Amino acid sequence: MLLTITTTHRPATDLGYLLEKHPAKCQSFPLSFGQAHVFYSVTREESCTAALLLDLDPIGLVRGRRGGDGPTLGAYVNDRPYVASSFLSVAIAQVFGSALNGRSRERAELATTPIPLKASLSALRCRGGEGLLRRLFEPLGYEVAATRSSLDERFTEWGPSPYFAVEVSGVRCLSELLSHLYVRIPVLDDDKHYFVGDDEVEKLLAKGEKWLPGHPQRDLIVSRFLKKQRRLMRDALERLMGDDDVDPEEKDEERRREEEAVEQKISLNEQRLGAVVSAVKAATARSVIDLGCGEGNLLRELIRDKELTHIVGVDVSPRSLEWAHRNLHLDDLPDRQRERIKLIQGSLSYRDERFSGFDVACVVEVIEHLDPARLPAFERVVFEFARPRTVVVTTPNCEYNVRFENLPAGRFRHRDHRFEWTREEFQGWASRVAGRFGYAVRIVPIGPEDPAVGSPTQMGVFTR
Amino acid sequence: MNIEIPELSLVVLIGTSGSGKSTFARKHFKPTEVLSSDYCRGIVSDDETDQSATADAFDVLGYIAAKRLAAGRLTVVDATNVQPEARKPFVLLAREHHCLPVAIVLDISPKIALARNQDRADRRFGEHVVHGQHRDLRRSLKSLRREGFSHVFVLDGPEQVEATTVARTPLWNNKTHETGPFDIIGDVHGCCDELCALLEKLGYQVSGLPEAPRVQPPVGRRAVFLGDLVDRGPGIVGVLKLVMSMVESGAALCVPGNHEQKLLRKLNGKDVRLTHGLAQTLAQLEPEPPEFKTKVAQFIDSLVSHYVLDDGKLVVAHAGLPAKLQGRGSGKVREFCLFGETTGETDEFGLPVRYNWAAEYRGRAMVVYGHTPVPEAEWQNRTICIDTGCVFGGSLTALRYPERELVQVKAKQTYYESARPFLTEGARAPVIEERVRDDLLDAKDVLGKRIVSTRLHGNVTVREENANAALEVMSRFAAPPNWLVYLPPTMSPSETVTEGPLLEHPREAFTYYQRQGVAEVICEEKHMGSRAVVVLCRDTETARRRFHSADDRIGVVVTRTGRPFFSDSKLEAAFLQRLAGAVTAAGLWERFATDWICLDAELMPWSVKAQELLREQYAATGTAARASLSAAISVLEQAAHGDRGASVATEALSGILGTLRAREVRVGRYIEAYRRYCWPVHELTGLRLAPFHLLATERRVHTEQTHRWHMETLAELCRCDPELLVATPFRIVNLTDVASQEAGIAWWTELTGAGGEGIVVKPMQWVVKSKRGLLQPAIKCRGHEYLRIIYGAEYDAPEHIERLRARGLSTKRGLALREFALGLEGLHRFVEGEPLYRVHECVFGVLALESEPVDPRL
Repeated sequence: MLLTITTTHRPATDLGYLLEKHPAKCQSFPLSFGQAHVFYSVTREESCTAALLLDLDPIGLVRGRRGGDGPTLGAYVNDRPYVASSFLSVAIAQVFGSALNGRSRERAELATTPIPLKASLSALRCRGGEGLLRRLFEPLGYEVAATRSSLDERFTEWGPSPYFAVEVSGVRCLSELLSHLYVRIPVLDDDKHYFVGDDEVEKLLAKGEKWLPGHPQRDLIVSRFLKKQRRLMRDALERLMGDDDVDPEEKDEERRREEEAVEQKISLNEQRLGAVVSAVKAATARSVIDLGCGEGNLLRELIRDKELTHIVGVDVSPRSLEWAHRNLHLDDLPDRQRERIKLIQGSLSYRDERFSGFDVACVVEVIEHLDPARLPAFERVVFEFARPRTVVVTTPNCEYNVRFENLPAGRFRHRDHRFEWTREEFQGWASRVAGRFGYAVRIVPIGPEDPAVGSPTQMGVFTR
Repeated sequence: MNIEIPELSLVVLIGTSGSGKSTFARKHFKPTEVLSSDYCRGIVSDDETDQSATADAFDVLGYIAAKRLAAGRLTVVDATNVQPEARKPFVLLAREHHCLPVAIVLDISPKIALARNQDRADRRFGEHVVHGQHRDLRRSLKSLRREGFSHVFVLDGPEQVEATTVARTPLWNNKTHETGPFDIIGDVHGCCDELCALLEKLGYQVSGLPEAPRVQPPVGRRAVFLGDLVDRGPGIVGVLKLVMSMVESGAALCVPGNHEQKLLRKLNGKDVRLTHGLAQTLAQLEPEPPEFKTKVAQFIDSLVSHYVLDDGKLVVAHAGLPAKLQGRGSGKVREFCLFGETTGETDEFGLPVRYNWAAEYRGRAMVVYGHTPVPEAEWQNRTICIDTGCVFGGSLTALRYPERELVQVKAKQTYYESARPFLTEGARAPVIEERVRDDLLDAKDVLGKRIVSTRLHGNVTVREENANAALEVMSRFAAPPNWLVYLPPTMSPSETVTEGPLLEHPREAFTYYQRQGVAEVICEEKHMGSRAVVVLCRDTETARRRFHSADDRIGVVVTRTGRPFFSDSKLEAAFLQRLAGAVTAAGLWERFATDWICLDAELMPWSVKAQELLREQYAATGTAARASLSAAISVLEQAAHGDRGASVATEALSGILGTLRAREVRVGRYIEAYRRYCWPVHELTGLRLAPFHLLATERRVHTEQTHRWHMETLAELCRCDPELLVATPFRIVNLTDVASQEAGIAWWTELTGAGGEGIVVKPMQWVVKSKRGLLQPAIKCRGHEYLRIIYGAEYDAPEHIERLRARGLSTKRGLALREFALGLEGLHRFVEGEPLYRVHECVFGVLALESEPVDPRL
């Protein structure tokens, strides 16, 4: 990984004083994750270029790691040694520390004077593309030049890589350029190689207090720099903005509402949950099982229904259950409440005695995630063996997909959907299942009904 | 006095304090069989005399007793038990576990009891207590039978207690010592001609028909009748005479059916409705002398509800029997044997819907039964119904045990019309379809900590968290379980080379096998693709029959984690059709007398399955590395040679430059390495399959063949479609011959020098055991260049490779052995016709073990 800094201020070789690195030398600095070399490629009076070459130790990086599920192969073969990332930010702070803080023993005045500067990065992963790269630097008066490399010229069909060779130039103090780089590199890369805690907020404030409050991409910068940790983000924004009280969650909420207006997505989800909850109520249920509860969206609604004394959420993914546990704040519930609800791991293609004995089973936006070949097993698990009085099944109506502007024709709504049914297909399946297992079924549209393509979601209420 | 108690019973001792119950129990029962209330009081309160702990103590006692009875173990309750309400829970408990409650009363006079208590420090309670107990005991004596005790023994006074002996008698249904072989015959219903024909087909010599039939079985064999001999058919008397004589002479065993039961009630003068063919029986019995009817009644009365045979491996009962009722004796057991169990609902023909016990059956014993006519006898979870509706125009079926072979005689005509449509043309009745095609798995088959016993490697333990992880993968991503009969084991690399530029080398693998006493190994080229397991049937019919396929596919191609290889089912179908063509052309169906085949293979190119990985990880890393290094090199060159005045730093710069140039070369080679795995594929064009194990065909797992046989047999297959199929190049190495070893090494050097992935070294035999157990079934030796995409582009830089040598193989090798054993176990179980859950348990286990954390670079 290479960073070069060039100035055309005269005498350009004063760059050596600003960086406090002698232009005639090649110096090496040991870092915890490898080495940094500093040398100059051009040292003329009219132009001077200093280079910071970062040499990461790829094997040392992995060896240090402990805990978690253990590294996957990705931990061994990856781009980290070759791209600008938080490693480079750390190296800048360690190797060019005084320059970053605007100090220079020999050229104190020059250190706080804007001079023409250009920084080049050999490879930077830009999450958000060239557009974001420009939106981050251009508001501060930089000129940006970016060249994107292809993934592999042998296989042009693979398309472009996420990496850019980047040049930013402008008339700034060196310390400003360095701190802009220090913050923006990990933001564009969208990763940090170390644990992000409270001191990360201090770093951000120190490097950004001058330019960050008014920056149009402020929230994105704060969010990515702090690895999207809400508490840290709120803390940083509060301190950055002083009295201008900004709550990132509120902001988020606002955005979500905007999105909602465009896609009506959230409201559809709410309508769906509402429809399911009313179907549960209509069944005068005391006990309900949510098959495929995911992260607990429906369970949260069900808990509010005091008539329900026995609520069970089932999911096949242990991770989803952990999230559901957290989202429902199960550990904080009073004992009496806690006893009403239980989360268990289970699969809809295995018969399971723990699914039996419920008034209602909800299967909300689940069946489309099952391979068609597994549907017969699912049908028997629920309708033959669990056999609740009422079964509520929802699934997308794919006819409605043409009304989603963002959805390319012929694509499913979710990458993991194995099928999406038309109204007729769902009706056909529901009637067949009902007939076979002795249930009656009623189909209910959910969401705005379109005269041509129906509603976005369809619900089947099976009763026996 | 000699007491005879059933071998499985709950013995309740009844006696006052000091009557000698504990001494009696010690004398006649194993210490572990006796549950004493005093002892339980001690367990919960540290004080055996603490009366306030009594309720808790009895909870504990009842809990332990329930566990023992569920496991089929005789249990003795040592407590005073002098009041009916104290005994009641034990009678209920025994009933719940379908075993017999036995009461043994120790009637000792209070005087003696008190004298005994005098000597014991912990029994200093008032005399009135013992007197009270004795009064209760006396009052109980008459009512014990009424309370539900099946056996009551009263021992009067210390002498009789002292002189008593206890003997245990086996239940009538316990014939575990009878090992067969057996010919088990389904519901006859008066089809005498068909029965005679079937017996003859089975090799029994029948003579003396019709009046005094005599049957001579083939040597050592014995017939077993599953009941429902009578009603509906034309030859009821003949059948009765035949079967009764066979049972009498020992040529046959017989269990009763519900029709016999009803006939017996009629013969005993009960008021019974003459439906379901009973009228025929009565009409045909009419001309017979009354003595015959009496004999029939006695015969039926003597029949035992079910038999447990052959060391518990076989159970026969008319309507089948769930595991927890086998070998037990109670009214409920008899009821189930005769009638099965119904759900309380009725179907569209007005007949009761049967509880599908066989779908849930997970018992060890094979259960053979009849009762419900089915169009075809089919296995379901180690159970099989062999009532193929002879009297309704179907056939009379026998199951030969232990051969598991079905022998049938077609009905000469339809003698009786079934209420439920039976054998309708085309469509089967839905209820029947459901029952016989049942392959629904139960969460209990896979979840929790599991221990799978394998024939190769003993018990393999699957940890609970691994099972949880596997459940998600299996449910969300894997192919349907009915197709997953095998998953391949992980494979360990060779021991690490200790010096030089290499990490892996064939010499290390040769040394491993040589040390374990293997003389000959095979080296197979490691293909540059993805592991694929192919299950292929000759046709859709075979797929339905053998793999219970619900659609029109003829097979599956799955990855090493059981995921479908192709996301496009049409492409998969085309691929399988093409492969089936090659199998047909190679004559493998006939050669192995099979309709299906299971292959272990490599499917190329890797880019087909790993497109995303190649692009997002490998290509991305390559392009970033190249961009970064070339920029750095040009800036360094500029610095070293440019116009920068005094070049104090030249030496340092050229040092860095040299390092970076070397790194650039390695990155270039890394890019070349991953590119070898990518070539364009359009539908089937460009796809190549390299099969290297012919794992199994009908009735056979081909692990008894050498790997050379597999290579050669599969090469024949590959010749039949050289465009799609690639024979795996191989070399055989004699480990006792240095030149042979060197030739093997030279081959590896040549392959990997050209960028090849490497070789896999296997002992010539599939399964090799040394004194210390199973050997690694295969060891891979990967090429120097290939390892760049595993260990990183620059792994072979001297400063890196030394650190990489420190890698531990033992976890990987342990997993490889356990997965190997599980994989083959599943395959064996499949070819042996074991139920799906038994096969799935193994496949699931392999998947679960794959979630064990292990260095992914190995």
